[in-house]
Amino acid sequence: MLHTVNKSSFERNSLQSCLNTIDDSSVILFIEDGVINAANNANSSMIADLATEGRIFALQGDVEARGISSKLADNIKLVDYAGFVDLVVEHGTAVSWV
Amino acid sequence: MATKKFMYLNRRSSFGTVYAIESLEVVLIAAAFEQDVSLAFMDDGVYQIVEGQETDGIGMKNFSKTFHALGDYDINKLYVSKESLEERGLSESDLMPLVYEDEDDDWEEKPSIRVVTNDELKAIMSEQDVCLSF
Repeated sequence: MLHTVNKSSFERNSLQSCLNTIDDSSVILFIEDGVINAANNANSSMIADLATEGRIFALQGDVEARGISSKLADNIKLVDYAGFVDLVVEHGTAVSWV
Repeated sequence: MATKKFMYLNRRSSFGTVYAIESLEVVLIAAAFEQDVSLAFMDDGVYQIVEGQETDGIGMKNFSKTFHALGDYDINKLYVSKESLEERGLSESDLMPLVYEDEDDDWEEKPSIRVVTNDELKAIMSEQDVCLSF
């Protein structure tokens, strides 16, 4: 499955709820304010293991809009909109954590 | 007209909600009425003034550039929460170099941003007549 998260973990618990229920083959794509979760910050440990496994993606346009391109945590994979579509096709069911 | 001390609390990032740009609009209105305006950035609001925002990829207006105009409206008190920056892995050097020209000091260019602790912010807030939260 593909899980999209569009909220900052500093403001909402969307990411935590996603992490609580994600299975071993799913991936997470951060979009909109969700890309704040891809930055190296006090909450980075929440996703560090998944990132190491190559299962954390972030939408490049949203990262650039927030000026955090140089601040990303390790092993975050950036995708453009075409890459977003590829993730949807590859992972089937999508869950949107709004 | 009587002058009041207005503080605008900015707690949200720029593009996920409409709060940030709406706050900036209201700030400029208050300045037009020649009020004593301060801005505070805390929580995800600190992302509003991060340097290097590029919005071409999301098709939204890059209003971060407007912050550079605040100095010309005599808005030169921008307080940024130290704790909120640190929590997000940011420091003052990641913020836009916002300045104003000090008319009392031969128009010397001075920084508008002041990084403050929550304790300092508490004291600054208590001096205000009006606090508006966005």
